[in-house]
Amino acid sequence: MVKILHLVAQRLALGLLVLFAVSLIIFLGVSLLPGDLCQEIQGQAATPETVAVCRDELGLNLPAHTRYLHWLAGMVQGDFGTSLANKRPISELIGVRLGNTFFLAGVTAIIAVPLALILGILAALYRNSLYDRLINASTLISISFPEFFIAYILILFFSVKLHWFPSLSNVSPDTAFGDRLYHVLLPALTLTLVVLAHMMRMTRAAIINLLASPYIEMAKLKGMTRSHIILHHALPNAWAPIANVVVINLAYLIVGVVVVEVVFVYPGLGQLIVDSVQKRDIPVVQACSMIFAATYVLLNMAADIISIVTNPRLLHAR
Amino acid sequence: MTEYEKLQQQMASGKISRCEFLTRASALGVAMALPAGLFSGTAAAAPKKGGHFRVGMGHGSTTDSQDPASWENGFTQLTFGYGTNNHLTEILPNGQLGPELAESWEASPDAKVWTFTLRKDVEFHNGKTMDANDVIASLNHHRGDKTKSGAKAIVDGIIDLKADGKNVLVVTMKSGNADFPFVLNDYHLAIQPANKDGKIDAKSGVGCGPFVVQSYEPGVNAKLKRHANYWRSDYGHFDSAEVLTIADVAARTNALTTGEVDAIDRLDIKTLHLLKRNKNVKIEETSGTAHYTFAMLTDVAPFDNNHVRLALKYAVDRKALLQNVLRGHGVLGNDHPIGQSNRYHADLPQRDYDPDKVKFHLKKAGLSKLKVDLSAADAAFTGAVDAAILYKEQAAKVGIDINVIREPNDGYWSNVWMKKPWCAVYWGGRPTEDWMFSTAYAEGAKWNDTHWHNKRFNVLLIQARAELDDSKRRAMYTEMQSLVRDDGGVLVPMFNNYVFGTNTKVAHGPMGANWGMDGNRALERWWFKA
Repeated sequence: MVKILHLVAQRLALGLLVLFAVSLIIFLGVSLLPGDLCQEIQGQAATPETVAVCRDELGLNLPAHTRYLHWLAGMVQGDFGTSLANKRPISELIGVRLGNTFFLAGVTAIIAVPLALILGILAALYRNSLYDRLINASTLISISFPEFFIAYILILFFSVKLHWFPSLSNVSPDTAFGDRLYHVLLPALTLTLVVLAHMMRMTRAAIINLLASPYIEMAKLKGMTRSHIILHHALPNAWAPIANVVVINLAYLIVGVVVVEVVFVYPGLGQLIVDSVQKRDIPVVQACSMIFAATYVLLNMAADIISIVTNPRLLHAR
Repeated sequence: MTEYEKLQQQMASGKISRCEFLTRASALGVAMALPAGLFSGTAAAAPKKGGHFRVGMGHGSTTDSQDPASWENGFTQLTFGYGTNNHLTEILPNGQLGPELAESWEASPDAKVWTFTLRKDVEFHNGKTMDANDVIASLNHHRGDKTKSGAKAIVDGIIDLKADGKNVLVVTMKSGNADFPFVLNDYHLAIQPANKDGKIDAKSGVGCGPFVVQSYEPGVNAKLKRHANYWRSDYGHFDSAEVLTIADVAARTNALTTGEVDAIDRLDIKTLHLLKRNKNVKIEETSGTAHYTFAMLTDVAPFDNNHVRLALKYAVDRKALLQNVLRGHGVLGNDHPIGQSNRYHADLPQRDYDPDKVKFHLKKAGLSKLKVDLSAADAAFTGAVDAAILYKEQAAKVGIDINVIREPNDGYWSNVWMKKPWCAVYWGGRPTEDWMFSTAYAEGAKWNDTHWHNKRFNVLLIQARAELDDSKRRAMYTEMQSLVRDDGGVLVPMFNNYVFGTNTKVAHGPMGANWGMDGNRALERWWFKA
């Protein structure tokens, strides 16, 4: 246990370093894009005078390193700063959207993860059967289509033809839980179809991989049933690779669903970061990317811990 | 009989057209409280009150704000510009000017000093009664060195704003401007309550329009409810409204067809024929002042030679461009920026694709061949790159080699427009000739994107601006349009229509074409059928 805590502390420290590096790269990256916030916001209506006033007011005239250090100083004290574009505190701007993003990711995960595991275990159980081929083919097809296409197909059937679900997922903070669930079901379904194949196939592969091991052979010789072998002997050892794939997909559900957000008009973080990059609203971009980077760091750490807990051998070097 | 009454009579007896009546009346400085029943045929069924109106807009970004100085896209224009705020004047559906917060106005003979009489019965959302100080504070928000307003250029001509009592505003201009009341309809120039320090609280969102902001999440939606003490009974029919940003055109169309919204803007013209089959959807189309241009810098070779410019203007097949880029949802351009809905639109002969004239002008320019770069990006207008490539093919047939440079969308207006010698441009157009010309064609204008200066044109511009006589103005503007057409650096291939849709529950009167969505006044003008 101490060893695990030690590992967590070490990972968190490294994570902070990663966040710092990410913030630097994002800041430089956005700075390299042509145009700045004032030009982008004023667009065709910009004149040199109004752009100059705007830059002056927002401190965009200061050298890049000063602006970065200023941002960093605020960040270290837990202050995300304010959006340059509309002066709203970023924590307020992000708060609701972050909640929405987590909600959609959560609903999707609750559907997709158990479904992928069950389908994967069944596929391993009935390897090379018609079911195995069918589920492999169909999940591969759904992952091969672009997300927006799946989304449009679902909208066409479930909202345009059948009128079961709304085509817009416009939730607001005062939307009731049940209503909210109803509104995010189509996007969650879209994302499920997108992430299912990866997790399902990894589960199947990890288990099948283990089925060739001597201890499984032993269990078979003892006369145990196939399902008992898979659930009690193979699965515990397969958790590590499965957990890794699951967290990669969970991270994707949080950071990479902007297309689905746009199609369903769902107010999540993805749209915010896209808008902010377009307008060069650096503090907002920074805040979003910090959250995204932290998501990756924490989820990966979680995967490692799950691997170790389910397989303590990993704590010891061979 | 006053001049105004004479006009009324002439109009009623059919001696002058409605359009003429309105222009002359406006030249008289009469705010038009239009005689009821004078215009037959325009009156629709009486509007009905009530209902919750939901509209999906293609624009709207998380970086938007409620500050009038920052409004630039369709979402903020419709929601705040005309939904929650009022202005001194209103551009009516027929393109003429009507009163709004200003009851009436008159100009000094040189059109330099304008006196506006304000309504006394206007209440802001916070309960304050509007007076001249609020108007001054609201206009000052866009003036001075400290402003970031997109409207700075259009109120630059104001030297002084003075209140004469509570309800009279006196505006003094640098030079005469007969169209000044038109400018005051601009969506930026919303009238908001002044604080004690003589400034408006630009972020408060308090206005005096038909709707009050209940909640606003930039880039997502705005929820509005009717302003209980709205001064106007003929506008603002819905009990409440919601404006949603739906950036994806397929999502927007779905939202309309599945009944999640009552209206959407910017329909996808590529799939319009399919949408037409849906019986619950009404497709609306207005043709206004919005247009596409290819702007050449007239002080950069080879565009400094007018024969080169003319050769290029004759080398484009506008009909093919209109058909391919806009699928016919537009009007042919004639190399000047004045649209058919403008008052003094001149009926000049339409310029066509003409290989002989191209050769003639190239020869005059002393060139046997011409090779030029044309910069384009879809940031200029949707289909700009396609339009440029089509143009390239058309011009190649007559010996002009156009090298289309695809520019990045990011920073297009800062790095390409007015910097590259020839590029694609979008103009929303302006409701008056003077406004359009002074914005982008006058010598020294900040957005003169062709660096064009024509002496005669600049003289006429000043004269026409201060001219209160209608027929003289018409003659001047006609001459100016032909000057731009035959000498200017701008190639105007087409005017794009505004194409938007509603469900069959929505009703409306005659629609304005100065912007899409009924001059962006859908919230206050439309209503639900019984």
